[in-house]
This record gives sequence, C-alpha cells and structure tokens, in this order.
Amino acid sequence: MNTGDVYVIGVDMIKFGRFPHRSVPDLGAEAALMALDDAGLGMRDMQALYCGNLYQANAMVGQRILQQIGQTGIPVVNCANACATGATAFREAWMSVKAGVHDLVLAVGVEQMGKGLLGGGGGSGGIPKEGLLGGVTMPTVFAEAGMEHARNHGTTFEQFARVSVKNHHHSTLNPKAMYQIETPLHEVMNAEMISYPNTKLMCSVNVDGAAAAVLCSERRVKELGLMKRAVKVRASVLTSDPWQERDLVMPDVNSCTRLAASQAYEQAGIGPEDLDLVELHDCFATAEILHYGNLGLCPEGEAGRFIDEGHASLGGRTPVNVSGGLLSKGHPLGATGIANIYEVTTHLRGEAGKRQVAGAKIGLTHVIGLGSACGIHILERAG
Amino acid sequence: MSSAQAGPLPVVDHLKIPDDGDPYLEGSKCGACGAVYLGRRNVCSRCAERDQMETIRLADTGTLYTYAIVHRSFPGVETPFVSAVVDLDGGGTIKGNLMDIEPDPDHIKFGMPVKVVFRDALGRKDKDGNSYLSYFFVPRG
Repeated sequence: MNTGDVYVIGVDMIKFGRFPHRSVPDLGAEAALMALDDAGLGMRDMQALYCGNLYQANAMVGQRILQQIGQTGIPVVNCANACATGATAFREAWMSVKAGVHDLVLAVGVEQMGKGLLGGGGGSGGIPKEGLLGGVTMPTVFAEAGMEHARNHGTTFEQFARVSVKNHHHSTLNPKAMYQIETPLHEVMNAEMISYPNTKLMCSVNVDGAAAAVLCSERRVKELGLMKRAVKVRASVLTSDPWQERDLVMPDVNSCTRLAASQAYEQAGIGPEDLDLVELHDCFATAEILHYGNLGLCPEGEAGRFIDEGHASLGGRTPVNVSGGLLSKGHPLGATGIANIYEVTTHLRGEAGKRQVAGAKIGLTHVIGLGSACGIHILERAG
Repeated sequence: MSSAQAGPLPVVDHLKIPDDGDPYLEGSKCGACGAVYLGRRNVCSRCAERDQMETIRLADTGTLYTYAIVHRSFPGVETPFVSAVVDLDGGGTIKGNLMDIEPDPDHIKFGMPVKVVFRDALGRKDKDGNSYLSYFFVPRG
C-alpha cells in the first residue's frame, strides 16, 4: 500500500481551436506526447492510461491514442462523465497511484465539438418539448440557475456580464486560448441575447481541444529527480448531486460543488483563503458567480461584490480563470478537466508568462458535469 | 399505418386527461419523508425508502421560483419565450412556458403567483398527426 503523495510531473494542452480535419485520437495523442515531453519520459514508462472523452464514449479513444503513440499493452480506462469527464479521468489516474497499483500513469482528456446550442438530450417520443415545457438548452439551464442567484442575493445582469469581461481580458494573456480579444462591458451586455441573462459573449466557446498529465508516486518522483517542477495533488474529490427538491426540473450545480469543496478543503487541510488561484467551471457567466459562494471564495451572498471589486481578477485577492476560462479559452468538454490542471500547474511552477499569478503556491480546479458531477483538485507547488 | 387519435394526447405521462373532469398533473409523495415528485415512482431518491409512494394530484396554483427569457433556441422553435420554474402550492416543482406576460425582466417578478392552465401544445403534432394537450403557466391575481 502506497500512502505517499501523488504528483503531476508532466502536463500540457494543445492550443484550443477548431480542427475539423483531424480525429479525436489524433488530438489526444498530440497532447499526450506533449505531457510526456514535459516530464522527460516516454510512453514505455507509462503503466496505465486514463482517457476522458464524451462524444465518442463508446469508441475506445484511449486505445486509439495508443495506436498512434505506443501500444505497450497497458490497461486503458475510457471515462465519460459529462463536463467532468477530464477531471474524472485524472482522478482515476490519481487513485491508481494513491492505491499503490501504479507509479507512473497518463491521463488524457480530449474532445471535438460541433457548433451551436448544447442540451436537450434524447426526446421520449411524442412531440419536441423545447419551447413548450420551458427551455432545456444549456444557456437556458444556466440562465435559470443565475436568476435563482439573483432572486436570493440580488445579483444583477451587469454583475454576471462582468465575469465575461474579466475572463476575456485574461485570455488576451494566454496564447493557448481560443480567443485573445477584449470584450468591454457594453459589448458583452449588448451582444445577442441567447437566454436572459446570458448573452452570446457570456456563453462558453465550443472548441476542439486536448490536454494530458503524467501522474507519479512520491517515491518514483524522487528516484527520477523530478521534484523541482513537480506539483503535489493535495486533494482529489468527485461528488454527485445530493437530493434537492427541485432536482427533477433544475439540474443542480450548487450542492455537488459545495459538498466537493468541503471535502477537498478537509482533505488538503486548507481553506479557501489559502488559494492563490482558482480555475472554476465558467460554462456560462452566470455559473462563475454561483461558484464564488459555492467554493467559499467570498462570504455567502457577496458574489456580486466579489466580481465588482475585482477580487477575481489577475492581481486580485483570488484570481479566477486567469486562463480565460471556458468563456474564452474554450470548452472542449472532455479536455476541460485536465486543461485546468495544466493551467494551475503552470502557475505553481512559475511558468505562466504574462498571466503569471505572482508567487502562486496553491491552486484549485473545479468542473461540473451537468446531471450532475463535480470534480475538484487542489494542487500545491512541491519544489 | 397508424392514424390520429380522437382527442389530444398528454404531452407528458404525468399530465392526466380524465374522461370526465378537468386535466391535472399527477405526482407522488413519499409516505416516509414527504418528498414530492412528478409522475409515479416506487422509490424515494431523498430517503431511499421503497414502496412508500402515494399517488397524488398536484395543485394547479403555485409561485414563480426562477426563469430565463429564451431568445435563441433550437432551429424551428419560436422565440422569445419565458422558461419558468414554478413551485406548486402543496409541493412539487415543474418547468414550463410562462404565457400572457411580456418577455421582459421588468415585468416578471420572483414569487409571483401563477396558475397552471392546459392548452393545445402550440399546434405541434406528432408524425401520426396527433394533437397534444400541454400545460402552461399564466399570471394569477
């Protein structure tokens, strides 16, 4: 039984974009090789692969990646968990090392997206229900969740819009983001209204992307002499949504996040005040506001003030989504939960360039898969 | 070759159209913990008790909990419309279109009383030409 810590020793992501002429395994393989290069290791060193992908969940994406970069016969697990897919793959990898089964494993998250509105799922026969029994698109679901916050805390359309201004600004400093474009407040608020209060610039970008991480046992990190750039996984948590009275009509992203956050802080032995940066699941601008309170970054009900006063901006008290977030870096569903680990790790290593959070020692990543799953990881600089 | 039914069909299973009497929404209430659900079920996902469910008739009045004003939807869906989440009096929460109101946040108030009404499903028909009866919300009082 290995009771030591687990470390990230290699991590990378491809620049997010639209690659309609490439395949899912091709994108995943590129990220995998980049992460292996970052660790200075090769595919022959890996003892297992945990692969996260949603839209080809039945198509053995992990094995097809190995068919491109090295079929060594190792176990491959393919994971799907909505937008928590990448974080789930990373956590499965973490568990295998934590349990002492493996010393060196690879986690890959990859997705190829179409354009347009997500949501709806399969109908149950009869007639289409969208626009008849309310709306089921993702922008609508998260608009309703945002308006619940407005109801409870008086949050305004302008405050929701400020999230998008901030994250688009952050992305101008991130060369791997889909977009590097400033979007002033009036532009965000006057963009096409998709589902009030979410305008088009307050919806995440559907992009193709891939990210990968190499995880390693403490003993092996020391043997390899890689502790200097290693990042320790202080907490790895996955929750599903505990029962709430409105579950059947309102997918709940709050209670699973609150449950995961409390477990993660307990596991790491820290509190939200100890975090130097956070990458959280801003699938819509409204969602980011909810998670300030859910993750304990601000006192209950003060999320509107938190964004207004700049506490979530680069240079603020707890910079949130310095990568540009899902709103501007982009949201390739299965890749997102490893791309955010790349972002936080890069800051903890002091290698984030113009967007570097000065002196970052501890960071948190958060994703939500609607339905619901919440994955949280807390990472700490080791070297 | 199937053909259209004589009367409209219910848009969801938990919308009941009795031969005599007005349409209504059906729910279940857990005898162990009191949780209320839409439609029939056997196990409570709140307390995990089995076989304690009582079939109940849900109220046709309630209050607006939250909403979104949908301006862009899937192709062919008419917009704008108000997607509303309503807490029914006596328990149960349902989602539907809030009608007979300006699709404008200045006109929509959290907690406003609403009534559940049953109307034709906006002219939508299935492939066999069947009409459907749907439920909607309208402002009350």
